[in-house]
Amino acid sequence: MSDYHKKTIAELSALLQAGEVSSVELTQYFLDRIKSHDEKLNSFITVTDELALNAAKEADEKIKNGDAGPLTGVPIAHKDIFCTEGVRTSCGSKMLDNFISPYDATVVTKMKAAGVVMLGKTNMDEFAMGSSNETSYYGAVKNPWDTDTVPGGSSGGSASAVGARLAPAATGTDTGGSIRQPASMCGITGIKPTYGRVSRFGMIAFASSLDQAGPMAQSAEDCALLLNAMAGFDERDSTCIDKEVPDYTADLDKPLAGLRIGLPKEYFGEGLNAEVEKVIRGALGEYKKLGAELIDIELPNSGLSVPVYYVVAPAECSANLSRFDGVRYGYRCENPVDLMDLYTRSRGEGFGAEVKRRIMIGTYALSSGYYDAYYLKSQQLRHKISDDFKDAFEKVDVIMGPTAPDTAFKIGEKSDDPISMYLSDIYTIAVNLAGLPGMSVPAGFVNGMPVGLQITGNYFKESQLLNVAHQYQKNTDWHRAIPEDFS
Amino acid sequence: MSLDADAVKKIAYLARLKIDEADVPGYVNNLSNIIDLVEQMSAVDTEGVLPMSHPMDAVQRLREDKVTETNQREIFQAIAPKTEDGLYLVPQVIE
Repeated sequence: MSDYHKKTIAELSALLQAGEVSSVELTQYFLDRIKSHDEKLNSFITVTDELALNAAKEADEKIKNGDAGPLTGVPIAHKDIFCTEGVRTSCGSKMLDNFISPYDATVVTKMKAAGVVMLGKTNMDEFAMGSSNETSYYGAVKNPWDTDTVPGGSSGGSASAVGARLAPAATGTDTGGSIRQPASMCGITGIKPTYGRVSRFGMIAFASSLDQAGPMAQSAEDCALLLNAMAGFDERDSTCIDKEVPDYTADLDKPLAGLRIGLPKEYFGEGLNAEVEKVIRGALGEYKKLGAELIDIELPNSGLSVPVYYVVAPAECSANLSRFDGVRYGYRCENPVDLMDLYTRSRGEGFGAEVKRRIMIGTYALSSGYYDAYYLKSQQLRHKISDDFKDAFEKVDVIMGPTAPDTAFKIGEKSDDPISMYLSDIYTIAVNLAGLPGMSVPAGFVNGMPVGLQITGNYFKESQLLNVAHQYQKNTDWHRAIPEDFS
Repeated sequence: MSLDADAVKKIAYLARLKIDEADVPGYVNNLSNIIDLVEQMSAVDTEGVLPMSHPMDAVQRLREDKVTETNQREIFQAIAPKTEDGLYLVPQVIE
């Protein structure tokens, strides 16, 4: 049997177009891998065998008729935050355990139009609130590099599934680091595009001014292929930006000579694991060899991004999650005595502890008399954090540093201590607050666990980020490493 | 502790969340720690700084006032916990 799981989407696409493998064969191959390996990882909430094989048959027809695109027939997984018509969309919550979505998210529609085959829906932190995938109603996801550790979160199921090559790629969402941090911990490549680049329609809302969807894959090239299909204006998302989508693969091969890389001193200070720093410095050395220039910069307000985030995100989530009321869809408590009992028990029983914490923090921050001290203040600081980046991009083209301060931690290690959990996103959150695009790229290992290099670019510079990542991947093979138990 | 048990219960009520009495001390502890973290914001002077509403200063788009969506009540109500004659049912509100 061929080792299809060792191939990138770009490689699988070439095999499909050449007729060396059919989409049905490929889809069955990955469905079999999920069946035989996912027990160890719990990376999927729902596997959609039948739908997948039907879509694969259609894709094979298209390929035969010569109207196939580069993604036609390629199987991937969707994070269970994207609404999928006729398929349970749980968002990792008991609240939506019985929710069969009546429509598709725009991202799902666009992927279908590109001929992509959906293998299933991946596990995630409940309502995307978490950094370890331990808050899921469906149980913790495990990291394929060491199943005693977390895969990161909130897109932990997508990261774990791609890391173990149970799917060639998956979709993710990133509100404070939820694509980049798990990508870093599972040794894969992920990109969070500029805020407004990808439609949020049908993507269950957490913090609407921060949420953004993006691809999680084995390489920057694969991310470019997937982003080509995902990005674009959608009138159903009022904050989506109406701007032409370039071909993200067009600039991949540009040489990096003269590239100015900014290194924020705040990202290399206290709290960063010394071994992780060594790996990152090694990657920066590689960029120097490719002709880039390393420039020290400062992001003076970035230290406040975690406190600012824990006002903005909970405030927006408390408003967004008020829609779950036990009346129209989702979980309803048994035998409610009156309307208030129906609301409070449906929500109290349907939401897990972390979601309730965030709803309560947000409710408090927005309550009468506290608005100026919390929400207004946080939005003012957000402006200052964003201005720091503006100043930096006057001097440099991209910013680099570690994606996370450490490698994956043990399951249970931080689950009783929300603050220490929140701090694992310390380097990723500022990028969301500013709305900038960011990536995580595998850059090496510490004690057998993957380390990710974070690359941040200016607004709508996704092509440049992917180019910078691709050139690194042409000269290194960290992104090709597969955990032994899944090789 | 920046929040006490009464404050947590009041917030839970405002958020329409039923919290078990036994879980209140845990929430008091966790939420107080989060509020303490958030309080770090007050160290920075933000006098005169405009609050950020959108990263690219985009403004809300407007569209023509015409019907674009069709009625899909039956599809949407098919997943509701309880309906009757096209209406969502809840416990009796008016005696």
